[in-house]
Amino acid sequence: MQIPELAAWFIFLLPLGSFLVIIFIIRPFFNQHSKAAGYVTILAIAAALVLSAWALQSTLGHDDPIGWEPHSWLNLGDLPLRLGILMDPLTSIMVVVVSGVSLMVQIYSLGYMRGDSGYDRYFAYMSLFTASMLGLVMASNIVQLYVFWELVGLCSYLLIGFWYHRPAAAAAAKKAFIVTRLGDFGFLLAILYLFFNAGTFTSQTPPLNPLEISDIYQAAKLGILGSGVVTWLAIGIFAGAVGKSGQFPLHTWLPDAMEGPTPVSALIHAATMVAAGVFLVARFFPLFVESPTAMNTVALIGGFTAVFAASMGLVMNDIKRVLAYSTISQLGYMMLALGIGAYGAAIFHLFTHAFFKALLFMGAGSVNHASGTFDMRYMGGLRKHMPWTYATFLIAGLSLAGIFPMAGFWSKDEILLEALNKGGVVSSIVFWLALIGVFMTAFYIFRALFMTFESEFRGGAEAESKGHGEAHPVHLRESPAVMVLPMVILGAASLGGGFLANPTTALGIIPIHWISNHLSAETVEFHAPAFNIGLAILSSLVAVAGIGLAYLMYHARRVSAENMARRFRPAYTLLSKKYYFDEAYEDFLTTRIFYRMISGILDWWDRAVVDGLVDGVGWFGRNTGRALALLQTGQVQSYGAGISIGILIILGVYFIWG
Amino acid sequence: MFSGWLTTVVFLPLVGALLIALFIRRDRDVRNFAATVSVVEFVLTIIVFSLYDKSQPGVQLIDKFENWIPVASFRVEYFLGVDGLSAPLVLLTGLLGMCAVFASWNIKLRVKEYFVWLLVLQTAVTGVFASLDFILFFIFWELELIPMYLLISIWGSGRKEYSAMKFLIFTVSGSAFMLVGILVLFFSTGTFNIVELPQAIDKARLLLPAGAIFALLFIAFAIKLPVWPVHTWLPDAHTDAPTAVSIMLAGVLLKMGSYGMIRMSVTMFPRLTTEFSWLLAALAVVNVLYGAAITLRQSDLKRLIAYSSISHMGYVLLGISSVGAGVGAISPVGLTGASLQMFTHGTITGLLFLLVGLVYDKTHTRYIPDLGGLAARMPIIASVFVLAGLASLGLPSLSGFVSELMVFLGTFPVWGWATALAAFGIVITAGYILWMLQRTFLGPSRERFAHVGDASLIEALPAAALVISIVVIGIYPAFLTDVFGAGVNAILSSRF
Repeated sequence: MQIPELAAWFIFLLPLGSFLVIIFIIRPFFNQHSKAAGYVTILAIAAALVLSAWALQSTLGHDDPIGWEPHSWLNLGDLPLRLGILMDPLTSIMVVVVSGVSLMVQIYSLGYMRGDSGYDRYFAYMSLFTASMLGLVMASNIVQLYVFWELVGLCSYLLIGFWYHRPAAAAAAKKAFIVTRLGDFGFLLAILYLFFNAGTFTSQTPPLNPLEISDIYQAAKLGILGSGVVTWLAIGIFAGAVGKSGQFPLHTWLPDAMEGPTPVSALIHAATMVAAGVFLVARFFPLFVESPTAMNTVALIGGFTAVFAASMGLVMNDIKRVLAYSTISQLGYMMLALGIGAYGAAIFHLFTHAFFKALLFMGAGSVNHASGTFDMRYMGGLRKHMPWTYATFLIAGLSLAGIFPMAGFWSKDEILLEALNKGGVVSSIVFWLALIGVFMTAFYIFRALFMTFESEFRGGAEAESKGHGEAHPVHLRESPAVMVLPMVILGAASLGGGFLANPTTALGIIPIHWISNHLSAETVEFHAPAFNIGLAILSSLVAVAGIGLAYLMYHARRVSAENMARRFRPAYTLLSKKYYFDEAYEDFLTTRIFYRMISGILDWWDRAVVDGLVDGVGWFGRNTGRALALLQTGQVQSYGAGISIGILIILGVYFIWG
Repeated sequence: MFSGWLTTVVFLPLVGALLIALFIRRDRDVRNFAATVSVVEFVLTIIVFSLYDKSQPGVQLIDKFENWIPVASFRVEYFLGVDGLSAPLVLLTGLLGMCAVFASWNIKLRVKEYFVWLLVLQTAVTGVFASLDFILFFIFWELELIPMYLLISIWGSGRKEYSAMKFLIFTVSGSAFMLVGILVLFFSTGTFNIVELPQAIDKARLLLPAGAIFALLFIAFAIKLPVWPVHTWLPDAHTDAPTAVSIMLAGVLLKMGSYGMIRMSVTMFPRLTTEFSWLLAALAVVNVLYGAAITLRQSDLKRLIAYSSISHMGYVLLGISSVGAGVGAISPVGLTGASLQMFTHGTITGLLFLLVGLVYDKTHTRYIPDLGGLAARMPIIASVFVLAGLASLGLPSLSGFVSELMVFLGTFPVWGWATALAAFGIVITAGYILWMLQRTFLGPSRERFAHVGDASLIEALPAAALVISIVVIGIYPAFLTDVFGAGVNAILSSRF
């Protein structure tokens, strides 16, 4: 049975309702530590997951979206702006991923956030975050999508700055919002530019609406927009995606975003915030394919980011920072896949990445629970104390590194294969970038794994704070079941999610290339490539080499990491300083150029010159009056003299010139 | 014709003020009575707004004495009425007037006089929006100055006399130009009737070049809006005014300027407005970006919000410049957006000033570097402040987004680059709003504010009213945009 429209709306309304219930009922009227907030959230998102699965089931076998009429919201002159749900294959997969991963994160949060003074606030924000992301992927109108796009940004602001009393968290939240808003500015301009071309849409028969996504597809297909228009639209939209997905050069906010609670990072990095950028490009893919310039831009930015971010991940000591750069890098893979036209591979990678990246962050949170720190230099030896965390982290790490038969292997392989098959300069460039990235990925994640779990424990938070300041207590034991359970589930997904969801040969009831074929719709037609054993072996060897190097340096200690750092000092410094992007953006561009120079000069100008002129006029008037007042002596004689002289002058003038 | 609604709405606050002045002695009774009047007034403005029928063209709820000043050669009418443009603004005045009264609960100095002037102010502003006779409009326009001057110079803070005088002189200078313009129009056409004037101007032989009359009126409205470079009265007046007066000043008084521009400049001189719309667009960009850049530097909470007003009123000006598309090609989106921006800026900035006032009441400072970590001490004020800030930076689902989006959508086809530049304002706005929130509310809580409390019920009431309006318009903007759209469409179809 096909899902009715109302039920589809509830996919988004349920988490939203959970937010409202927590804010307006639980928070004011219940005990602050009431478990109710967590349960309400989990219940709502679980129900949304069920409905999402129903939506997925309803779209199976259909190429076109379920045809629901949108609802009138706002009139822009003659043009109605309507809200609706675009339930096509892409959306149907996204709602399942988002609500599924979010559900796991919420369950995990029950344990992780227990005892936090902002427990109910936390779950309220998480509900709103999930609702916004679900609203985003279901939007049928580009303005509607933008609305949720911004709300996703808001929620990440609220959650990154969740512990707002910590200055670092407050700063990171602000940074995330403003940096992504730079990208949103491009997205907004694209919307304005679409509206600018409204005439082209409405002059069609039947008339198209420039803001409705399906009509944009239609216009792209008909080729009624000039190639320049399409390119600029695509570039503007991509700017938004660059901001949200942390692509170069707007990547700086994402590593700082780990100031939020760790489950928030799991959600941001896997299913919500950053995935929104990739989703956005995928959503407007029919537009992008019409512009080779835009496609090449996407591919090259993605490919470059994949290596650029991975390189910084090589040297970070904070486990969450390693994972953050890993996310940026992996999103680069998805972008480069989209850029070379490998739509199915990109979404497939988004799908698998959601599982193993959420799991990696949960692992980091679990490790932090025990050791009290995120700094891997003070961890070590945790494998013995935390077997479940270790096992799941290992699976996720293998999956990220792209080792057979993990989920990540299949999706990453498909991206590499598409790049290889495509041919052309750009595809070759991104293929080699991607291959280099595979080596780095395998290295940094196993470096993290070895530093965290192998050899001896190095003291945790107590060693980190070295006695001064109150350290987070260290108690080395496995996290509670409520945290381990979602990790195990995600571990299973990271293990089997690849070959079960998108098998290269038909597996019983699962058809061959299930995800890819499902995604191939009327608007985006493509065929998944046949499996290439040669490439699979090559990429596996590269990944194994990365793992091997990490093993030698951080486990067997045959190669000294310290010596390496010393020998390549400039390169090491450059990487650990993150290529000085934070300095360039914050200290130089924002503070020095914008705040001190532009803003400062204008501020001075406004006070001294513009307002000074006003005061000057006032001063002139006052002093003229004062000077003239001197004439008013009150002596009749002087007035009489004045009048007489005046009359004489007038008479004189009259007689001489008159 | 005399329906009586608008006369009641305009003069109720004045009557209330007279009653307070004559009969009420105790401060507590004054407050309660003023609050009652303002609530009744708010309800009446809601009724007026809902009585206005957007499907019917033209002005409605007319109150008219044709021979109010029955001198044959100088026939001034008593003529009140609302159309789609002014009906929401009357509602806005009712809403903010009520909030202003509640925000004055802690006034201790000369309470009776204070509330008298506050109510007189409300009559004046409502009168400006409801008048359809140019002389009547001018009377209300000038009447507003007396209470404003007294309220700022007596109950203000800082350099209050300076600021009050600066405000007064700026506005009066503008009024002088406007009065000349009004008189030239009258002696050219023989009428003060705002509804008849546009057509009459088309037919008449004007005594001065049309461009000169246009400029005379425009200057007066530009000072009020305020447009760069005649804006410098605003930061001083806002900063030194008491909270309630800042609310009224930012919330409704600035809108007198933009309302005048649409009602008079655009409607009476459509061709000139079209011709000079490039200038409006350019000034709008300056307002938005220059205002935003300076806002970033402010360290006084109130001054910061004041400068942000200059920036946000630039969007109104930008929307008005969308008439530059020329006769027959103008989409109503830009002007509707500009009108909605008046309303949303009124509620959002009104709320921000209200909250700044609360923060100041509790902490006794508005100097941002001295603040910090207040979220833990005053969670309600902090939450509402964050919401107001987000609305100000144009977060979707709150009202500011809709109006800014409509302004951009409407103006981009006409002035592409100017709109793109002005749209960059959303990034800078995010910068100064979030930075201000961070420095004021986030971070570790401070010892100094250990005993600072949250908002009381009476303080939270006006904030709640404004929050509701911001959220409702953000989620369902059509109930205002359809009304504004009706007013704008009438202007565009009859004049362009």
